[in-house]
Amino acid sequence: MNHFANSRLDQEPAIAHLEKFQGYAEHTPYLKDTELKHSRKICQSLEDAIRASGLKDGMTVSFHHAFREGDKTINHVMDTLAHMGFKDLTLASSSLLSCNAPLIDHIRNGVIRRIYTSGMRGKLAEAISHGLMAEPINIHSHGGRVKLIDSGELHLDVAFLGVSTADEFGNANGISGRSRCGALGYAKVDAARADKVVVLTEEIVPYPNAPASIAQDDVDFVVKVDQVGDPSKISVGAARVTSNPRELLIARLAADVIEHAGYFEQGFSLQTGTGASSTAATRFLETRMRKKDITAAFALGGITGSIVELHKKGLIEKLYDTQSFDADSAESLRTSPNHYEISTNAYANPGSKGAYCDHMDMVILSALEIDLDFNVNVITGSDGVMRGASGGHSDVAAAANLSIVVGPLIRSRIPTVVRNVTTVVTPGECVGVLVTDHGIAVNPNRPEIAERLTAAGLPVTTIEDLYRRAISLTGEPQAIEFLDKVVGIVRYRDGSVIDVVHQVKD
Amino acid sequence: MKIVKEALAGTLESSDLMVKVAPASDGTLDIVINSEVIRQFGAQIEKVVRDTLGKLDVTEGLVVIEDKGALDCAICARLQTAVLRGAECQDLDWSVLS
Amino acid sequence: MTLRRSMLFLPGSNAAMLSTAFVYKPDSIMFDLEDAVSLREKDAARLLVFHALQLPVYRDIETVVRINQLSTPFGPKDLEAAVRGGADVIRLPKTDSAEDVHQLEAEVERIERASGREFGSTKLMAAIESASGVVNALSIAKSSPRLIGIALAGFDYVMDMQTERGDGTELFYARCAVLHAARAAGIDAFDVVYSDVNNEEGFLKEVDLIKRMGFNGKSLINPRQIELLHNAYAPTEEEVDYARRVIAAAEQAERQGLGVIALNGKMIDAPIVNHAKRVLSRAQASGTRK
Repeated sequence: MNHFANSRLDQEPAIAHLEKFQGYAEHTPYLKDTELKHSRKICQSLEDAIRASGLKDGMTVSFHHAFREGDKTINHVMDTLAHMGFKDLTLASSSLLSCNAPLIDHIRNGVIRRIYTSGMRGKLAEAISHGLMAEPINIHSHGGRVKLIDSGELHLDVAFLGVSTADEFGNANGISGRSRCGALGYAKVDAARADKVVVLTEEIVPYPNAPASIAQDDVDFVVKVDQVGDPSKISVGAARVTSNPRELLIARLAADVIEHAGYFEQGFSLQTGTGASSTAATRFLETRMRKKDITAAFALGGITGSIVELHKKGLIEKLYDTQSFDADSAESLRTSPNHYEISTNAYANPGSKGAYCDHMDMVILSALEIDLDFNVNVITGSDGVMRGASGGHSDVAAAANLSIVVGPLIRSRIPTVVRNVTTVVTPGECVGVLVTDHGIAVNPNRPEIAERLTAAGLPVTTIEDLYRRAISLTGEPQAIEFLDKVVGIVRYRDGSVIDVVHQVKD
Repeated sequence: MKIVKEALAGTLESSDLMVKVAPASDGTLDIVINSEVIRQFGAQIEKVVRDTLGKLDVTEGLVVIEDKGALDCAICARLQTAVLRGAECQDLDWSVLS
Repeated sequence: MTLRRSMLFLPGSNAAMLSTAFVYKPDSIMFDLEDAVSLREKDAARLLVFHALQLPVYRDIETVVRINQLSTPFGPKDLEAAVRGGADVIRLPKTDSAEDVHQLEAEVERIERASGREFGSTKLMAAIESASGVVNALSIAKSSPRLIGIALAGFDYVMDMQTERGDGTELFYARCAVLHAARAAGIDAFDVVYSDVNNEEGFLKEVDLIKRMGFNGKSLINPRQIELLHNAYAPTEEEVDYARRVIAAAEQAERQGLGVIALNGKMIDAPIVNHAKRVLSRAQASGTRK
């Protein structure tokens, strides 16, 4: 310590309120230990990392869901927290899926008291829909999640982020190592915003790990675990390549709409999502783009193999990827210089200083239900049980020049076009076109689109007509009975409440 | 029409249904309906089942329906098939099948 | 002019397909009670088709029911179900002679009378599936005023001929014979099923061949083939343009009371006008070729 300097500075009233220099390692003691200097973030076990993070009862823990149904991190960490005796936690995962059914016990035992998520599936969704939780869950969009964090409502105390590789300082990505999920768009948000960031990695690789999707200056602790996720299960329930003729029929109509709606020009942009029909629509675009001799400037969002294929063929110049939906897109992110990883803040947060979705021309979206006002439900099944995710639906629908919702008019006996949706996730004012296997309906607020599609000879009708057609086959469904208790609050992307989900009556 | 033996009709594929009929043990008509769409269409399915059985003059027996979201026309057809099989009826009376 | 380019086969026992197939908009839908239905499910398929035929959505589309041969225990019951259910057309399999059609016709007449269905409203088509059938094609094609067309069915035919499906050589005579018989009788002619659904290139090659030969269309087993087929049958913009001018010239000639139609100094006769009408109706059905 430099006693001489200190004693001299003590005499200076002008700096009395400032800290006096106490030596180069006063605040960085590890710099004096050549070993510790590099290994200080490494924890021997997850328990050590949790203890080091300072997590307390009642705090918020956050996760990403890039591994989708193959995720091994969320359940593992929550099991460990339960084992360590934590209570009353808020679980803020970017989304939850069927694989998260073990969380039911942690909710019952009081480990988890509140949940923020984009969606839920399977047994967990079923249980929560039937009133498992005392407090309703908050359902947000991908962009809206970042908005909720930035507004202060959702404060992330400790983020637990599973990655395939990290170095000892926490530089991490999802495109190297064994279990590659691809883009870490959700994790980037949490790494930048959580008070404490714990990186769980399958492999600790030599420093420096590049690219650093999650950068060392955001990471507090690094812990090696056996497995963070199984990437082979990422595309389960999401991106499928279909040979189903009905899905292909819808896909072809969707491609026709893209071609003729007025935005199919050199340098256009698109997002196709992960439904079977929207993924397949991409396939039909190739010949249309070649025929018109145009290329797309960029594709956005969850990136699928079919989008990557067009990118490889030079038909889509750049890919902006917040979540990779299959191994092909993860591999493209690793190898293509024009395939960029972006955070969900840059993707779709309405509060960010610039979201890519604001530059979107056309987006293909799915729907569980769509009503006569074009309001879309992607959360609750028509039996009232939650079984889906808000995702980027309302984000991109609001920002894109044209949103195209695709889906079969009837699923077994369940009509997709209904008088009133069970739950509103995306307001009808943002939906331009509905494409079904029975025909196309255009929102009356887009007369110019209806005119263009009709002129192109597409089977354009009204949504009322599609509704009548559906009901003539299925019969009029009975209204679902709900209880008074609210089990879910649907937050619009700006943080406002757009709808609530009530507990279903058994 | 009297159900004299156990019989099945249909499949458990989506948009179809499986119907099982069996002779009555106590002279009553028991109908059990399980459906994936029971919340939305339970009443409608029951109506189709009762109408169809009524036309066939089935007044006793056990009828179990496992519905996977079939349309009314499929429900009617599968149920008729199961009853005709269970009644060992070879002749089709179109006035009661319509 | 009734277009019959695509006739989609649906297994009569498949509830899901019967509930959705109309969305693919083939020109005709054929509910199969014959080869696609196992012996144990004949009774079930018959009732399923009977009820499906009555769905309102099938009113806008030509419905065909392929029954089992009348000599089987199933055929007569199938026919009852199809005629009473309201099928537009009955497809008779394995038609070897005009006598087969006459027998069917008599049964249809009886059922129409018994059920109160408008007399004569049930149309017929005959599938030719054997060497005898091909040899008798002309007399079959002329056997009944109810007959709207004859179809070649390749699978049984090539077996009967002691060969197998290949590049089309094996069907060379049969296609020519069936097509000529149909045209001589003034009815439609349908080509065989192309069963390799994943081979688009092969399918389109066969479609190109039968279209140039003059077939009205083809039987199909996968809905994915419908769009391909319709597009192949769609006229080009140039053909549509020429057809419009032919029709305009014909209308002008009629207005002026001229017996002779001329376009750009060339004589146009009735077959050319008829062809132009066919071109326009195909264009109206599925646009110009993409």
